[in-house]
Amino acid sequence: MKRRQFIQKSTAATVLAGIGGLSLQSFGSKAKKITILHTNDVHSHIDPFGPEDGRNANKGGVARRATLVEAIRQENPNTLLLDAGDIFQGTPYFNYYGGELEFKLMSMLKYDVATIGNHDFDNGIDGLYAQIPHADFEFVSANYDFSKTVMDTHVKPYKIIIKDGIKIGIFGLGIKLEGLVDKNMYKETVYHNPIEKAQDMSRILKEDEKCDLIICLSHIGYEYKNKPDKVSDIKLARATKDIDLIIGGHTHTFLPEPTIETNSVGKNVLVNQVGCYGLYLGKVDFYFSHGKQVGSNGASIVV
Amino acid sequence: MTIKHTLKLCLLLLIFTCASPKISKIEGKRLNIDQDLKPNEAVDAFIKPYREHVNKDMENVISYASQTYTKRDGQYNTAIGNLMADAVFSESNPVFNKRTGKDIDFVLLNHGGIRSILSQGNVTTRTAYEIMPFENSVVVAELKGEQVNEMMQYLSKAKRAHPVSKQLQLTLGKDGNIISATIHGEPIDTSKTYNVATNDYLYNGGDGMVFFSKNEGLHVLNYKIRDVLIDNFKKKDTLNPKQDNRFIQLND
Repeated sequence: MKRRQFIQKSTAATVLAGIGGLSLQSFGSKAKKITILHTNDVHSHIDPFGPEDGRNANKGGVARRATLVEAIRQENPNTLLLDAGDIFQGTPYFNYYGGELEFKLMSMLKYDVATIGNHDFDNGIDGLYAQIPHADFEFVSANYDFSKTVMDTHVKPYKIIIKDGIKIGIFGLGIKLEGLVDKNMYKETVYHNPIEKAQDMSRILKEDEKCDLIICLSHIGYEYKNKPDKVSDIKLARATKDIDLIIGGHTHTFLPEPTIETNSVGKNVLVNQVGCYGLYLGKVDFYFSHGKQVGSNGASIVV
Repeated sequence: MTIKHTLKLCLLLLIFTCASPKISKIEGKRLNIDQDLKPNEAVDAFIKPYREHVNKDMENVISYASQTYTKRDGQYNTAIGNLMADAVFSESNPVFNKRTGKDIDFVLLNHGGIRSILSQGNVTTRTAYEIMPFENSVVVAELKGEQVNEMMQYLSKAKRAHPVSKQLQLTLGKDGNIISATIHGEPIDTSKTYNVATNDYLYNGGDGMVFFSKNEGLHVLNYKIRDVLIDNFKKKDTLNPKQDNRFIQLND
C-alpha cells in the first residue's frame, strides 16, 4: 500500500468519524469498538529477558503482559486476546512442566482462543493433550484433522464469539507437519491445504454464520521470499475473501505495524505478526457502525 | 474530500444505519512489553514457585570445567565437540546394548548443534540447557559400509568440525582428500553394517546428511542429547576434554 493512499484514507477516517458520530447519535446508537490483542511464538518465555541478554535485554515477561492486557480490557471490555501458536518450547519451564505453566498463565490472562504451532507437538500429541485441562481457552484449527488422535473434539475448526452484539468468527490454520515435526510426535494428525480450508471457513463464517468480523489465526508463516510456492499469510490474504485480519506466527516476523494486502475481490485484509517470545503485544481496533461500508474498498485503515 | 462527497457519505450513513454493523475504521498498533510496565502481582506470585524450583535445579552444580571451550577451538575436531560425541557414545551404548545386544560403532553429531560455549568454572544443569536447548534425542542408524564411506566423503567436503566419537579416525590430506578412515582401528568394510549414533535432526537429513536415509534399520533410544550431557557431566568431577587426532587434515 502506498503512503499517499494511506494519508488520504486517514484523512477520510477523521472526517467520517465526525460525521458518523453525529448521524449515529441522531439515531440514538453509538459506534462499537472491538479490540483484538494478540501474541505468537511466545515459546515458553514466561520471565522477562535479563539485563545481560545480548538481544532482548529487559524485554518481555508474562506478568507485564498481564498488566497491559488488563489496562486495555478496562478501557474496552469488548476485547479479545488471541495466540497464533508455538506456545511451547524455548525455556526450561517447558522442559520441566511440559506446558502446564504456559497454559495456566494464558488462562489467568483470559486468553480467548489459540491455534496450534509445530512446536506445540514437541512433547508429542499426547503431551499436548495432557496439558489441555490447564487451558481455560479454546483451540482452533481448520486444516489439521485430529479425528484419529487423542486431540479429537479438543480442537474446533472455528469459534464464534459475540461481543457487544458484534459476531466475531475466528478460525485457525497450521503449518505442514511432514518434514518439520517427527511423525511419532504428530501421529495421525492430517494436514490439509490451508488456502482451501480458509476459503471454506470464510464462506461458512460469512454466509452461513453471518459474522461481522472474521479473523484467521495462522501458524503457516508470514512470507517465504526464497520459496515462492510455499503457502504463507501473504499468499493466503491474496487468495481468499471476507477475512478481515490474519494473525500470523511461525516465521518470528517482527512487523512494526500490520501489513495491508488486497484479497481476491480487491478488498483490504490486514496481516499482522509480533515476532516472538512475548516481546510485543499486537493490538488491532475494529470500529463498527450501523450502515453500509464506506468507500470502494471498505473501511479506512490507520496503522 | 469536497462538501459534496461529505454530504453523499453522510446520506449513505443515514440510509444504512439500520442495517447490520459494518467495519468503518481499523487501527493497528504494536505495543512494547518492557520494564515500563509494572508486573501484575497475582501473575508474578503464581509464577514464583515454578521459577524458584526451576532456578534451584538449573543452578545445581554437576561438574567443573577446567577451561572455557568453544566450538571454534579447532579446524576438524574441538575439545567441546569431542566431549559431546564421546558422551553420547558412553551414555547411549549401554541403553542400545541392553535393547539389541549390539554395540554402537561410533557417533556423529553436527557442529551447529553445539549451541553455546562451556565456560570455565562450575558446570550447572543450566549449562547443559545452554549447550543443548533443543529436545533432539539420540537415534542409532544401521548403515552399510558404503553409506559410512559416503559419510566420510561428506565430512571431507563439509570442512567443519562436526563432532565424531573417538572410535572413528578420519585423516584428510593437504588437498582435502581422504587418506585414511578407520573405525575401531579397522578400515571401513563395505560388507559390514555399522551402528551409528546421531541425533534425530541429522537422521532426518538435517545439515544435508542424506546418507542416513539409506539406512538398514533405526533404533530410537528416547534419550535426549541434553539428558546425555547432564548424565555424563554428573559422573565427572572435572571436565577437561582435549582436541586430538580423531579427525584431522595433514599439512604436508
